[in-house]
Amino acid sequence: MINETLIPKVGVVTDIRKDTPDVKTFRVVGTDGKKLFQHMPGQCAMVSIPGVGECMFSITSSPTNEEYMEFSIKKCGCVTEVIHALEVGAQVTVRGPYGKNFPVEGDFKGKDLLFIAGGIGLAPLRSVINYVRHYRENYGKVVIVYGARSKDDLVDIDEIQNEWVNEPNTEVYLTIDRPQEGWDGHVGFVPAYVKELGLDPNMTAVLCGPPIMIKFTLAGLLELGFDKSRIYTTLELRMKCGVGKCGRCNVGDKFVCKDGPVFRMTELDELPDEY
Amino acid sequence: MKEVELKMLERAKALLESGEVARVIGWKKGEFFYDPSPASFETVEELDGFVYNWFCGANLSKYLIEMSKKEGKTAVFLKPCDTYSFNQLVKEHRIKRENVYVIAVECLGKLDIEKIKAKGISLIENVEVVDKEVKVTSAYGVDTLAKPEVVLSKCAACTKTHQVKDEEIILHETPARDVDRFEEVKKLEAMTEEERFAFWREQLSKCIRCNACRNVCPACSCVKCVFDNPNSGIAAKANDDKFEEQLFHIIRAFHVAGRCTDCGECSRVCPQNIPLHLLNRKFIKDIDNLYGEYQAGETDEGKTPLTSYTEGDTEPNDVFNGEAK
Amino acid sequence: MLKIAKERLNELYAKIDETMGLFLPIKRAGEVNFAVWGAGKEVSLETLKTVKSPKNAFFPQTENMMKFKTEGKNIEVIDIREKLSEKIEERPFVMFGVKACDYKAIEVLDKVFLADPVDTYYQMRRNAATIVTLACSKPEESCFCKAFGIDATAAYGDVTTWLDNDNLYWQANTEKGEALTALVQELFEEGGAEEVAAQQEATKTIIDKLPFSNLDLSRFQPENLNELFDDKAWEEMSEACLGCGTCTFVCPTCQCFDIRDFKTNEGVVRYRCWDSCMYSDFTLMAHGNSRTTQMQRFRQRFMHKLVYYPSQNDGLYSCVGCGRCVNKCPQHLNIVKVIKTLGGKNND
Repeated sequence: MINETLIPKVGVVTDIRKDTPDVKTFRVVGTDGKKLFQHMPGQCAMVSIPGVGECMFSITSSPTNEEYMEFSIKKCGCVTEVIHALEVGAQVTVRGPYGKNFPVEGDFKGKDLLFIAGGIGLAPLRSVINYVRHYRENYGKVVIVYGARSKDDLVDIDEIQNEWVNEPNTEVYLTIDRPQEGWDGHVGFVPAYVKELGLDPNMTAVLCGPPIMIKFTLAGLLELGFDKSRIYTTLELRMKCGVGKCGRCNVGDKFVCKDGPVFRMTELDELPDEY
Repeated sequence: MKEVELKMLERAKALLESGEVARVIGWKKGEFFYDPSPASFETVEELDGFVYNWFCGANLSKYLIEMSKKEGKTAVFLKPCDTYSFNQLVKEHRIKRENVYVIAVECLGKLDIEKIKAKGISLIENVEVVDKEVKVTSAYGVDTLAKPEVVLSKCAACTKTHQVKDEEIILHETPARDVDRFEEVKKLEAMTEEERFAFWREQLSKCIRCNACRNVCPACSCVKCVFDNPNSGIAAKANDDKFEEQLFHIIRAFHVAGRCTDCGECSRVCPQNIPLHLLNRKFIKDIDNLYGEYQAGETDEGKTPLTSYTEGDTEPNDVFNGEAK
Repeated sequence: MLKIAKERLNELYAKIDETMGLFLPIKRAGEVNFAVWGAGKEVSLETLKTVKSPKNAFFPQTENMMKFKTEGKNIEVIDIREKLSEKIEERPFVMFGVKACDYKAIEVLDKVFLADPVDTYYQMRRNAATIVTLACSKPEESCFCKAFGIDATAAYGDVTTWLDNDNLYWQANTEKGEALTALVQELFEEGGAEEVAAQQEATKTIIDKLPFSNLDLSRFQPENLNELFDDKAWEEMSEACLGCGTCTFVCPTCQCFDIRDFKTNEGVVRYRCWDSCMYSDFTLMAHGNSRTTQMQRFRQRFMHKLVYYPSQNDGLYSCVGCGRCVNKCPQHLNIVKVIKTLGGKNND
């Protein structure tokens, strides 16, 4: 019988990391101990707890990781609440990968890359950043601007502070919304920080975060002289099937699950404002 | 009917022109003469599309839940049956009464175009009502139908009169009535249990779970219906025969019992023509029998039989054991 | 062309039923819908529009997709498709009496469900079906298939039939149709070409005069997407919308679905069921909703049919002019009103 994309595989949770008070990262492999399937940075998968529901999540681990996949999941609804209660060894179901990836083998190649993330928005970017680190020679300078409400809300802070900052030709800028004890870094919102940094507008930018952050950061980048055709973001809408058939995640004539979640700002400009 | 329409239009114009109301809710012309839609009119120009005819069956009262929250007063045309829904919604604090100007209008029973078409008539050009006859002109000629056969099911046993007394009433004729609205319920009661079960199973199995009955129902004014709430434990979208037969419509009938005014919109909107109003009417009849005659929506205040307690109340057990008074 | 006397139709049904499943427009509790034929069933070929369209046969309103067994931390995924396909293949079926509009609607569904990645549930049923269409002879004022380039009298499907007061006329169009014809040939005699031609001509004369036959769709082009989306008229057009799913559920081309889980004593059943973009929870997420007003939901439905779907499918509209929404919307809102308001200059 031919493959049915709606039927998931069983995955085993082999590690759970508590990133922030409401974000946990789950490491998942197949029942045979191997990686469930290959993906590209920016692609998503449907993770489910049978009987509870199925949700679309960004695959946050890099495709270059041959051993497992990771999902950084924020607790915000029925399904994520149950996922957060899982323990190591628990099984879930996973199907995917879905959607279009970041053009890491296309337009990104040879370019200086700017990654801007807010809160859980780092999740989809982590996959690209680690992919770029793996094939470092294929890309130019890398600048990462990442902000969260507080230092406790910065996802994957260990990896950022222990690994990313040490990469050659890589700059990492962290910020939190309000001053906090034990934080001697930058304080302020991401959009303002981006403008302050006076970034080189010739970089290719990737934005991910809450809609309000995207809106203001985008305005800031345009002010700095960035070109919309070199700014990318990812969208998240209600998804069920993942293959452009169930009809709910469309923005205009594009399905986020199939034609996205990665969109160029120029593509989004052509779509109606309904996301 | 034309005289009534003209008077309504005149009043709508005057109210809008004087600024006394910000909008008027009525019916506007459709593609044919028989498919008017509820609409709000904010200017005199918009009233060009205003219509009131034999096919204005829709109950406009539920729209007031949202409309009465808007800036300025809303005038609304209510048929006799709609005034009960209006009162009930006011009583349940769903409508801001002070923001509404009610104009009660005459109704001699509205026609059901589906029933006319079901007589095999199509390409309909005109419908004329003369007393108890309906003359239908179509591409195939003129057919004369008996009016009682082609009125909306909710109009077939209507005994309603205007219940909103504060504002104004536009009347031309008063309908003569000699009907027993429980006639069909009595027929169902006369069936054996098996027959009745078979009847409802056959009817409810047609349900496609489109929720039109719920969404149109003035008594279904919950912000979030229990059937849509994933946390309720009984949320269900699936059209499963068992569910439709045993749960959805029964639960809904229970939930609106004592508040249902018998406006009959549920049956009017059902795409599969399930006589849903008979479930509600059975409850109304039972409430009458058990707690004394009561008509929901007769007033916009006061207690209702199912929400007030007296020592002499019939107990659920009495009903179950057949010992109810 | 073959023909069979009308009074012998039950023999035809019985013959098909010997080896194949047979769906026909059948009256139940006063309403006509496609249902499995059997003794005592009241067939109504004369009914112009079944309440539900025949899409139900390929894309059931509710269908189980898979099961899960959970034991402790372990999950077992049970693919039920093998059993399902055995069941379907064991008894291929005939959809008898499908109107031209509904047939073209199946082609609209095909482009969604059979596009890569193929929906195997839909495909199984689609492959197992032989579609016998029935040409229209008494279209009514809510019909507007002609506006979408459909000829209600023409030969669509595996077999096409025409019905008059005396006979049913039969013509096979495809291999599947030939196979079905071979099965029932003994009941037929040659003839009918003239009668059919005469009926086609008469019907076309009626169709030409129908009020919606010449709707102007010219403005519904992908390049006008944003302009149409932003049109002020949506607010007024959607004002009376109840947010029910009647239009979507009676529509032959609406195909949006939900996937949900149901806990049973034997484990979890994952099923899909029709969903409606008119429902307030259609796009609801844990942290927001992209369409919070009924206007947005209303606009989505018609934009999907007239702009988004055509944009994704070489200009093919996702409406076939069956007119069910015209007849069934509780408040008489429908696609015709949308087309007349936004479609183009030649709509009066």
